[in-house]
Amino acid sequence: MSESSALVNRTLLRTRYRRAVALGGATFLLEQAADDLAERLSVVLRRFARAIDLGTPGDHVRRLLLEKKLVESIVGAATGYYAGSPGVIADEEALPFADGSLDLVVSALALQFVNDLPGTLVQIRRALKPDGLFLAALFGGETLTELRQAFATAEAEVEGGVSPRVLPFANLRDLGALLQRAGFALPVTDIDRLTVRYTDALALMHDLRRMGATNVLIERRRTPLKRATLRRVGEVYAEHFSDTDGRVRATFEIIWLSGWAPHESQQQPLKPGSARARLADALGTIEIPAGEKARR
Amino acid sequence: MAATSDESPAASVDPKLLEILVCPLTKTRLEYDAAKQELISRAAKLAYPIRDGIPIMLPEEARRID
Repeated sequence: MSESSALVNRTLLRTRYRRAVALGGATFLLEQAADDLAERLSVVLRRFARAIDLGTPGDHVRRLLLEKKLVESIVGAATGYYAGSPGVIADEEALPFADGSLDLVVSALALQFVNDLPGTLVQIRRALKPDGLFLAALFGGETLTELRQAFATAEAEVEGGVSPRVLPFANLRDLGALLQRAGFALPVTDIDRLTVRYTDALALMHDLRRMGATNVLIERRRTPLKRATLRRVGEVYAEHFSDTDGRVRATFEIIWLSGWAPHESQQQPLKPGSARARLADALGTIEIPAGEKARR
Repeated sequence: MAATSDESPAASVDPKLLEILVCPLTKTRLEYDAAKQELISRAAKLAYPIRDGIPIMLPEEARRID
């Protein structure tokens, strides 16, 4: 939580989310994530008694999981009221849940804004009961790659320098390792890539504002964006990332994470030396004792 | 954000939620002060407010106690 290493200004993030709610919210990505989340949960043949919806903007996820009877109870926990009447206001970086008190933690499109994701994952794992499940979707590294490139080009041309405009998102391999390090059993990560088409870059930026997803970087430049730069962003975007019909493409990469709090009923690795069958038999080959070199 | 007016003076906090909440800083148990609508962490010397039945578990929003 130290300010020096923080990347995201979380107070600003709350303001952005509030403005997003006031603007009516662009919720299509969230609705899609909520649907996917429900589908992924429905293949787990279990009904979760006590669930927390962590940081997800809006209340789509909670309504859907209750509607589909995938959970018995679910409480929204987020840093502000953008989460659609949350049950508890809490910081994802300092969770207020007792060890081993939850059956399920879900989160949609929120954890990319956490500064200390390893710390958050450890806290989630500890708050889960043995055999409790964590399932989350967050924006990945390729998200808004077109916008990032358009900004870099336009700023370099118009202002002679580039400032960070889009958050550096985590990548898949890092996240898999983080889950494992946080002590989750059976960790799984996978990626969904979505392409959303807009009339132009401005329409995309308007939607981002309605998602509360505009620049919340600590290192963001304090001076407002110049009109000339913004115009150039639109031009570069249209030049490089438009389809034949003139509409522009925006990539959203959604990384899915899941892991279980360890429990003895889960698949376990065998102890070394406890094998009952010989590897050589399984491979249909001849075993060569250690220390002896294979003869050709 | 205007709170919706309820018949009851203060929307009550879900008792099941209270069971699982701990202090976010020290992860220790909290005491529920129903009169003041606060959750008290003796270890962190902080009282977290409950507003309209919603516990605000942010240290920066908590009241310092001795």
